[in-house]
Amino acid sequence: MLLFAFVVLVPSARGVYYAFTDWDGLSPDFSFVGLGNFADMARDPDARQAVWHTLVIAVAITVIQNGFGLLLALGVNSMIKSRNLLRVLLFAPAVVTPIVTAYLWRNLLGPDGAVNSLFGAVGLDSWQQDWLGDPQLALWSIVGVIVWQFGGYSMVIFLAGLQSVPKEIYEAAAIDGTGPVRRFWSVTRPLLAPAFTINLMLSIIGGIKLFDQVYALTGGGPGHATDTISTLIYKDAFTLGEFGYSIALAVVLTIIVAVASTSQYFVLARNERAAS
Amino acid sequence: MNRYRWRTFALEMVMIAAAVVVAFPVYVLVNLAIRPPSDNSSPIRPTVRPTLDNFTQAWQEGGLGGALVNSVLVTAGSVLIVLAVSSLAAYPIARATARWSRGMFLLIMLGLILPFQLAALPLYQTMRDLGLLGTVWALILFYSGLQVPFTTFLYIGFIRALPRDFEDAALIDGCRPLEAFRYIVFPMLKPITVTALVLNAIAVWNDFFTPLLYLSGSDQQTVPVALAGFVGQFVSDWNLIFAALVISIVPILAVYFALQRSIINGFAGGLKG
Repeated sequence: MLLFAFVVLVPSARGVYYAFTDWDGLSPDFSFVGLGNFADMARDPDARQAVWHTLVIAVAITVIQNGFGLLLALGVNSMIKSRNLLRVLLFAPAVVTPIVTAYLWRNLLGPDGAVNSLFGAVGLDSWQQDWLGDPQLALWSIVGVIVWQFGGYSMVIFLAGLQSVPKEIYEAAAIDGTGPVRRFWSVTRPLLAPAFTINLMLSIIGGIKLFDQVYALTGGGPGHATDTISTLIYKDAFTLGEFGYSIALAVVLTIIVAVASTSQYFVLARNERAAS
Repeated sequence: MNRYRWRTFALEMVMIAAAVVVAFPVYVLVNLAIRPPSDNSSPIRPTVRPTLDNFTQAWQEGGLGGALVNSVLVTAGSVLIVLAVSSLAAYPIARATARWSRGMFLLIMLGLILPFQLAALPLYQTMRDLGLLGTVWALILFYSGLQVPFTTFLYIGFIRALPRDFEDAALIDGCRPLEAFRYIVFPMLKPITVTALVLNAIAVWNDFFTPLLYLSGSDQQTVPVALAGFVGQFVSDWNLIFAALVISIVPILAVYFALQRSIINGFAGGLKG
């Protein structure tokens, strides 16, 4: 517990204090600037953009990754013959270091990369894009890479939920003549409520804190088109030496994580109770 | 509904197609890694003259050997500490009914929410003052603290579902509490320990932000940091970069495929709580 206090609690508390100073990370003397950093942030278009990007990424990942993961889980939970092999393959990207997959995709998504070559090879030349260099597209390319990597992760958690659903319920529903959509909505969905809670919490918190993939894929560029709060924290602290300001950003990040996770938790917990 | 019908077959094809799409980047990765730099044909065309030169060059110039050793040290060190601390901390919190136990529980929940970016910067200064910056010790210390809340949380959930009869019997027989933990409780915790081990190992092995901060400028590196440096150095020599990526992926994937059954089950089971 001491360790936890030393590594997380004490520095976090000090972090909150530094957020109100103009500390540069090196010199022993710094002055208290009150809410100055936060006022600067409100005026700083880069910071405002980063907050916006963070929210867009977090929401997009949460929706797309879990939708994708759920479809995959339903697929590999069916009677298909290759289900065991597919489970292993689809989950594999999730264990690989995110920075490695990010570098891989940086090449794949480049102007001469494999994704464009593939579109060219099947005659879809008009689909070819500069996926990471186009400010409009880059943010969505990042979302795509993360869905590729962690879709299997969501799948495994949904799968665990699906396998705890007793088979008799389906058989009863099938005898009653309910169709597959109705069966999913009325039988499977309520029983998956705990899996939804875990998946949604993990992906929204992960999305908000996202750093590695953005750093390796675009470095926040082009311009500031894909900067998130985390990449801005890193840049402000270690390339600009603005520790105080950077930590103020971290405080904003903390508040967003705390609000998102607790409110989501209460909504989902209510759904779980309603479902049981 | 358990018969294999044409609809099942259609679903099977769709799922295999999905798996092919997911696996496609890996094909390109390997294809480019075994291709001589002079080969400029399309990245999706199979390489005609495969070579292993990229691997030898990437290995020699990337400092990957040392980075692998560091990554293994950091991961093994932190995971051992986390498992020992968390299981010991979770046990009294899960069993005691006193008010402090609830307080401790809330404190741990707080640790789950706080993003590490908030703590990482002030801690950077502390590490520097302690002279730990640029050493693997800074990382072991950091991860040990960082991963404890989540792991303790997993343990608490698991211990609460365990019957207390065995420990009670041991205590009545004159066993000391710590002995009861060591010989009775800990063995019963094995399933959750395996899950926690896997989850922590993946989290520590894969992390990039922290070693980037705490090891930058030193010759101590972990695999992700070494790769980032390597990519920066050989910016457009993608054949070399891809060879380095393959080298770094092979150990993880080997472990994953060897243990995949228990990893996937452990993941799902542990997260179900």
